[in-house]
Amino acid sequence: MSTTERPAHESDPHAPAIELRGITKRFPGVVANRDIDLTVAAGTVHAIVGENGAGKSTLMKTLYGMHRPDEGTVRLAGEEVVLHSPADAIARGVGMVHQHFMLADNLTVLENIVLGAERLHGIGGKARRRITGLAERFGMRLDPDRLVEELGVGDRQRVEILKVLYRGARLLILDEPTAVLVPQEVEELFGNLRDLKREGLTVLFISHKLDEVLAIADQITVIRRGTTVADGVDPAGVTARELAQLMVGSELPVPELRESTVTDRPVLELAGLTVRAGGRPVVDGVDLVIRAGEILGIAGVEGNGQAELVEAIMGLRAPDAGTVRLDGTDVTDWPTRRRRESGVGFIPEDRHRHGLLLESPLWENRVLGHQTEKPNVKGPWIDRRGARADTERIVAEYDVRTPGIDVTAAALSGGNQQKLIVGREMSGNPKFLIAAHPTRGVDVGAQAAIWEYLRAARAEGLAVLLISADLDELIGMSDTLRVILRGRIVAEADPATVTPESLGSAMTGAAAGAGAPADAPAEPVPAPRPPAEDAAPKEDS
Amino acid sequence: MNRLKNSPLALTVLAAVLALVFAVAVTAVVLSASGFDPLSTFQAMLDFGTKPDSVANTLNRASTYYLAAIAVAIGFRMNLFNIGVDGQYRLAAMLAAAAGGAIALPPVLHQAMIIIVAMLVGGLWAGIAGVLKVTRGVSEVISTIMLNFIATGVIAVLLQKGRLGHQVAGSDNIGTKTIAPSGRVAGIPYPGANLQVFGLIFLAVAVGVVFHVVVNRTRFGFDLRATGLSATAASAGGVNARRMVVTAMLLSGAAAGLIGMPQLLGASYTYGLDFPTGLGFTGIGIALLGRNHPVGIAFAALLWSFLDQSSQILQFNDIPKEIVAITQAAVLLSVVVVYEIVRRLGLRWQQQTVAAELAERGPAGTKEVAA
Repeated sequence: MSTTERPAHESDPHAPAIELRGITKRFPGVVANRDIDLTVAAGTVHAIVGENGAGKSTLMKTLYGMHRPDEGTVRLAGEEVVLHSPADAIARGVGMVHQHFMLADNLTVLENIVLGAERLHGIGGKARRRITGLAERFGMRLDPDRLVEELGVGDRQRVEILKVLYRGARLLILDEPTAVLVPQEVEELFGNLRDLKREGLTVLFISHKLDEVLAIADQITVIRRGTTVADGVDPAGVTARELAQLMVGSELPVPELRESTVTDRPVLELAGLTVRAGGRPVVDGVDLVIRAGEILGIAGVEGNGQAELVEAIMGLRAPDAGTVRLDGTDVTDWPTRRRRESGVGFIPEDRHRHGLLLESPLWENRVLGHQTEKPNVKGPWIDRRGARADTERIVAEYDVRTPGIDVTAAALSGGNQQKLIVGREMSGNPKFLIAAHPTRGVDVGAQAAIWEYLRAARAEGLAVLLISADLDELIGMSDTLRVILRGRIVAEADPATVTPESLGSAMTGAAAGAGAPADAPAEPVPAPRPPAEDAAPKEDS
Repeated sequence: MNRLKNSPLALTVLAAVLALVFAVAVTAVVLSASGFDPLSTFQAMLDFGTKPDSVANTLNRASTYYLAAIAVAIGFRMNLFNIGVDGQYRLAAMLAAAAGGAIALPPVLHQAMIIIVAMLVGGLWAGIAGVLKVTRGVSEVISTIMLNFIATGVIAVLLQKGRLGHQVAGSDNIGTKTIAPSGRVAGIPYPGANLQVFGLIFLAVAVGVVFHVVVNRTRFGFDLRATGLSATAASAGGVNARRMVVTAMLLSGAAAGLIGMPQLLGASYTYGLDFPTGLGFTGIGIALLGRNHPVGIAFAALLWSFLDQSSQILQFNDIPKEIVAITQAAVLLSVVVVYEIVRRLGLRWQQQTVAAELAERGPAGTKEVAA
């Protein structure tokens, strides 16, 4: 099997690449997949769409041999198979590109690709020829000797794709591949996918971004609550909105603000805020004013100083220069607790690391971050009764789906964890709220609810700093937009007129003419876009 | 809801019992392999261990073990590994003994003074490690181990004639000046026993109660637990991590300072070369076995102490009493593994229960699907 492809696919060239019939997967207490039917023709890009928690990942794990279905059959290239492990799947030419990259930063591209597959072509010249051959064939420009840590997100993803191609994959599963990309990088990825298709490979593309799905897929399967509600939909005959209705089974929420509630009273003022890490400024002279009743959105590719900016505002990291003023008071030297006590709410980007004590009950999580405030404490004592009663209130008001407040936070779904955090941070009438990716990884229902809470709080005069990778959310929910690039605020945008594409250009520095930024792909000029993507209206996604 | 709360506790108790059964089985195998009859050996240990004198001794030993384990548990509760409890309590006991011998105060005041000196010394000694950690980033594991050695050296230097050391009357032992009767704590007679139970066993009980109340009912305790469960979430929640590290080390050291008190004020009245050593390390094992919970630790300390005491009989039957160390080690190893399994099972079980309850309650919209 040195240079030829794997033999598993020679059984029937005209059979569908994948044929799933009646796949059911139960976990104790839940049915994650129920009667899933799926047919994927060879040499096509097939998209699977469904909202978070619909069972897409469970299905992909079945296909990749990470667990076995309780019922149903899996046929690959016409042959019925039982996959016991990912190694089984790889041997049958199935490769998976995970949403979170699994690369060693301190190794080169070549080393990363060969790692774990040394037996195929060794680690020397033969492996190198094979990699450059693959890269050329599929139109991926990659220098095999560059360190992965020097690569941008788009290039890293290409390394992941090459990794599975190198292992002989003829069927690629891409799990939410565009979640980490800006629009221009998405375009490049789609170019790569078309090349794969041209070479006869099959791509299974999982996403919930419908305009992208419509732009790239040959066929679409919609999954809702664990089962297929539509198989083999032709993208030419369906609109994004129709797909979305299929996905959700009801009306779709839209991120939008109604009339402006912005006042002229500044709540948060940053002046020349600078944070250095290893001598390099990661937040560089940021000036911002957020007024009562205003939501200010920060757009930027992840890793351009957003996290450090948030930490400096929260008092988790001391700024090297500049001031933070809250309601006119200089709070630059205040510890986190004092800032929180004076009305700063915080919805952190990573709720598991910064927002919750996963192994503690819900009511103790209500106390977290507010352990000096009523109704959680009486003097030095924790007020159990008060905290518990208030947790009950949050659970009811914010529709946290839980059997009770004594279950641990880890037992809740992501959306319900997030609603608990939002409810907690909205308690005690904050003046200013940091909302970092407030709807990341939550289902559509929770998303709509969280947007509504933000709108309501804004109407009551809350000032909000919104950070999000979801450009539609950012544009729809902001009164004012700023673009951050390498720690600097480089552009302003009017949410009423800006498009995700132009915002994406500004985020990579292409529009500002700032040269190629460190985190963007080496060639920042976007490929010409097919008309399909521009045609998809943005508010439908 | 009570189902959700109680079952993990029942599981934990079951796990501990299973670990003990496993350890006894391992010991039985070792005994058989060495040519001894396990059943009669266990019987002999049980008979000896339940004699009144043995019980008194077990209680005495358990009270020091308990204090040692609480000192370790204070650190563990916020993911600080205070290996230096051993040095902290020895240095504290020595200096407190010297202070108690040098200054005579009326009863109550005298004992209080000795105990406070011990807590201060233990706290400050542990505090060094805390300060090093927050200012210089030194791991407390390393610094406390080193401080153990330094404490040994400091004690050796100070405990010399002409400094704090005196010849103990009627022996070759060198110790601090004997504490006057006004500074001693009377024992409690145990029915049928010649030995008395340390009066300061109540100090151990009190420390356990205070530990429980502070950790579970106060703001400070919440911050401590939050930091231990997730340092990142605690800081985002306004907990000053650096201050918490120093405070926790001070408290852990202060509790460590108490370890030597039952022995010092109840039996020795002087810190001599024969003062018990190594209690800090035993405390680490007992804290693990008791899951850092005040009640769990109490059972663990009693078990440990009972095994120590009942093993005394083995020598008379020509069985090496070190066989008990095998039992103790097997308990500890298996319990650490089993607790982790129970923790994961409990978490998963709860997730499933929650999902199932939600599925029952709302048929359509509320169903959570694993993805």
